[in-house]
Amino acid sequence: MSDLGTLYYINVVAMVVIGLYIVLTKRNVLKILIGLDILGTGVNLLIVVIGYIEGGTAPIYTAGISPAKFVDPLPQALVLTAIVIDAAVLAMAISIAVRLYREFGTLDVRKMRLLKW
Amino acid sequence: MKKLKYVYKIAGLAIAVLLGYMLLQALMEIPFGTNRMFVAERFIFEEPYEVGAANTVTAIVVNYRGFDTLGEVTVLFIAATGVALLLHRERGIRLAPTETTLVVKTGARVLLPAVLLVGLYIFVHGHLTPGGGFPGGVIVASALILMYFAYEEYVAPRSMLHLLEGIAGLVFVIVGILGIIVYGRFLQNVFPLGDFGRLFSAGFIPIVYVAIGTKVGSELAGIIHDMIRRGGESE
Amino acid sequence: MIIEIILTIVLIVSLIVAAETRDLLVAIVALGIIGLIVAIYFYLLQAPDVAMTQAVVGISLAAAFYILGVRRTKRFEEE
Repeated sequence: MSDLGTLYYINVVAMVVIGLYIVLTKRNVLKILIGLDILGTGVNLLIVVIGYIEGGTAPIYTAGISPAKFVDPLPQALVLTAIVIDAAVLAMAISIAVRLYREFGTLDVRKMRLLKW
Repeated sequence: MKKLKYVYKIAGLAIAVLLGYMLLQALMEIPFGTNRMFVAERFIFEEPYEVGAANTVTAIVVNYRGFDTLGEVTVLFIAATGVALLLHRERGIRLAPTETTLVVKTGARVLLPAVLLVGLYIFVHGHLTPGGGFPGGVIVASALILMYFAYEEYVAPRSMLHLLEGIAGLVFVIVGILGIIVYGRFLQNVFPLGDFGRLFSAGFIPIVYVAIGTKVGSELAGIIHDMIRRGGESE
Repeated sequence: MIIEIILTIVLIVSLIVAAETRDLLVAIVALGIIGLIVAIYFYLLQAPDVAMTQAVVGISLAAAFYILGVRRTKRFEEE
């Protein structure tokens, strides 16, 4: 049904819009990282939504299901890698945020000005 | 000065909503749920003869696109090293230690082998059932994290974790080099394919997934150790 | 169809809560709800590998890292 497709696309666009709004507007470093995480999760959802086939089943060979009805396995392989890499980058970004707090005493990005202009 | 902050917020929201609207217009052109497979058709139908794994996604991640998985394992390793370097401090002090009750301590000791077994099962059967190396490895790491939370003075055996991590990464690369020695191509399958749907099938996929599961588990336990025990003043 | 409509409404409410709250622990809980809804979507779109990986890595691990980060820094956003 095209209505279901529209619903999934609205979900994805809501996540992308609010993720982008958090990254553009907020001042706390940890809040910005939350926005980046939401943005990345939205794009992962979009990739898997595009790979869906109407009336399809999971792409695992089981007894009694013919492989002609499989959903596209290629976007799932891409998103599998992307989720793990997002978590690894997040761990490093949070370590950097902890170090920033130790250096500057605040997590406000407008107060971290070492470059004088 | 207060008005200026609201101008920034409204401008940011307007830009985000504008981009979202354009994205929605572009996405509505894509019909939902139609069959668009070009490359994946060949992967699905040739896969029982070339790879022999029941899980098609695993076959793509480890065999057809195995080089990307090697890159992902490298990214995880770099992230673990980066966290260990950034959160360096001479004395490892525990972050705001809280004393837990006897119920938590006993429950953690009972749950530890069960959680380890679940994680082990998930990544050993990666080529037959959904899951694979990455969620299995993270579940194994979460068993160690449970011990960190229940006991104040618990420290995971760091030297053994480092050794496991190094050996697991080496196993992955050695499997790839075996492909070069026998066939002339990196990460080509040299192990027998076996019967379809059994545990010892699909060539090198069980070996690679056991290596990835161990590596991810020990790396994440190391990252959590660094974040809990080092990193500066506690609050 | 009904399930997806309910999940969409909960998702949009959680997104707004995660964006506007000043308490970072509340934002982390909202992030966990978002990750759970996305994992349910992955299951409904017939992708069990991705659903399992998102549930384990995207929810538990991300929330654990964030909570450890918040404990080492401030809990509330500044003005």
